[in-house]
Amino acid sequence: MLKIEDLHLSFGGIKALQGISFEAKPGEITGVIGPNGAGKTSLFNAISGFYKPDRGKVYFEGRDITDLSPDKRAELGLARTFQNIALFRGMTVLDNIKLGGHTRLKTNVWQALRYFGKAQKEELELRRDIEERVIDFLEIDHIRKYPITMLPYGLQKRVELGRALAMQPKVLMLDEPVAGMNREETADMARFILDVQEQFGTTILLVEHDMHMVMDICSHIVVLNFGQQIASGTPAEVSGNEDVIEAYLGAAA
Amino acid sequence: MINGNLKATYAADERVLNNSYKQAFVYGTMLALAFFAAFANEYMILIACKMGILLIAVVGVNILTGYTGLVSLGHGAFVALGAYTVTMLDNGLTGIIPNQFMFFVVVPIAIAVTALIGVLVGLPSLRVKGLYLAVATLAANFIVIFLIEQDAFAPWTGGVVGIDTPDANLLGWVLDTNREMFILISVVAFTSLLAAQNLIRTRVGRAFIAIRDRDYSAEILGISLLRYKLTSFALSAAYCGLAGAMFAFFYSRILPEQFELDLSLELVAALIVGGMGRTMGPVFGVMVIVMMPEVIKVFAAYFTGGDAASARYISPLQEIAFGLLLVFFLLKEPLGINHITDRILRAANRWPFARG
Repeated sequence: MLKIEDLHLSFGGIKALQGISFEAKPGEITGVIGPNGAGKTSLFNAISGFYKPDRGKVYFEGRDITDLSPDKRAELGLARTFQNIALFRGMTVLDNIKLGGHTRLKTNVWQALRYFGKAQKEELELRRDIEERVIDFLEIDHIRKYPITMLPYGLQKRVELGRALAMQPKVLMLDEPVAGMNREETADMARFILDVQEQFGTTILLVEHDMHMVMDICSHIVVLNFGQQIASGTPAEVSGNEDVIEAYLGAAA
Repeated sequence: MINGNLKATYAADERVLNNSYKQAFVYGTMLALAFFAAFANEYMILIACKMGILLIAVVGVNILTGYTGLVSLGHGAFVALGAYTVTMLDNGLTGIIPNQFMFFVVVPIAIAVTALIGVLVGLPSLRVKGLYLAVATLAANFIVIFLIEQDAFAPWTGGVVGIDTPDANLLGWVLDTNREMFILISVVAFTSLLAAQNLIRTRVGRAFIAIRDRDYSAEILGISLLRYKLTSFALSAAYCGLAGAMFAFFYSRILPEQFELDLSLELVAALIVGGMGRTMGPVFGVMVIVMMPEVIKVFAAYFTGGDAASARYISPLQEIAFGLLLVFFLLKEPLGINHITDRILRAANRWPFARG
């Protein structure tokens, strides 16, 4: 579904990514873990098109997307969330989520100015789809008219997931979806992620520091350290890997 | 108290006038305007027409600055382009197109021309943001005025001494009085406002706001920054072009100096005072900006007792007041008058409970 091949990325002398290769299999949850500064977010930015890799390819459904701009990748069905919430703060929850449907809508400027007719029909269809498929699903119907700034952190994270879901993505990339959340909120979010996988069959790529959650929900894990891929495999394989233990805990004395 | 807020369909919830306050306000205003057109005296009609023309332009600036977050200090140029395109086309096409259809030919062309120039002026927005963009757009204003004033173009533009403008002719109805123009201007201004509101409740407008709030996040949702920034420039320029067309039809003569930097600043000032990124912002802003000189005139006349020698203080006084007003709003009420009305409405909604 999403295939990374020998990805290299550097900022000046800093080699952020050195030869990352893995594949996110259709309908599965793939986790990317690693200590701080390992290159997880750089990897995400390279996949979503913000960084241009020095070398290597990104394939989406077998198609080479390495040279596409972020908005073109979004049109293909690649959605993501950000580590520091990147919602539109001047808008309501509903409008934020509606923006997820942007690429599916066809209204042009002229139709938008008149509204009645095609634009209205499309807007109402979008509204219905969002209400039934996203807002109801994520249990955020009570806050749909709230401005983003009024929401607590955990809910903002959920709204950002909602915005990504509104895109009806084929691949969903989540950058630390439970960072800074308490145990209850983490459990909620983990349940939502599993529900997304189960109900929509979405392929999910996940960066996360919460090891319990990663080990619980991922079927495949890639471990990065200092820009290098030090291990990959099932949760059981990875957690027994000596390199991984060393990267996280340091070498045994 | 909250009433009229129960919605049974998505269509009802997506309406512009989605509660009884808004309905009462808009229908009441329409009624008031109808009475105004019938009974107001000539001077009030003149002031109202000024407001209407400025309103159309400020609605355009609001799309660019308020919704898309791109600051422009050159929109006076687009008003000039609209006014001059209409005038020059009208002169050039007389005899070719029957007079009663002229309006419906020249106005769309003027809008198209300004939109096109708007895209050109908007090109720097892809590279620079904020103040740098403001300065880049400033150039547009100077270049357009410079070209209009050139002797080489004077046979068409009239040069520095200006040019006589035609009257609007709607299918044989010649709008040669201010009162008739008021009807046209208020219909056009109302339609412009409604169209802008429609824009921001659909896909295109949401994309604009997304770019304003967080551009990288907008890109990740499939919004092309290039395309939407230029669309926003084109649209706001088109609105200003339409305002310019009304300007040309309203005044009997236009001069290049009417469209200089002062006008561009006035457009932005009206938006700041009224409230950026809000539908009603331009309406409140324009009212204040146009009324302020009038209020000062009245006060000055009261304090000096109509002394002719003191009249020369009025103009600098107006500029000082203009500056003070801007500083006051930027410091105390950066979200503009619209934010004040929001608070009042919210309090009214919750009455008799705590304001909050």
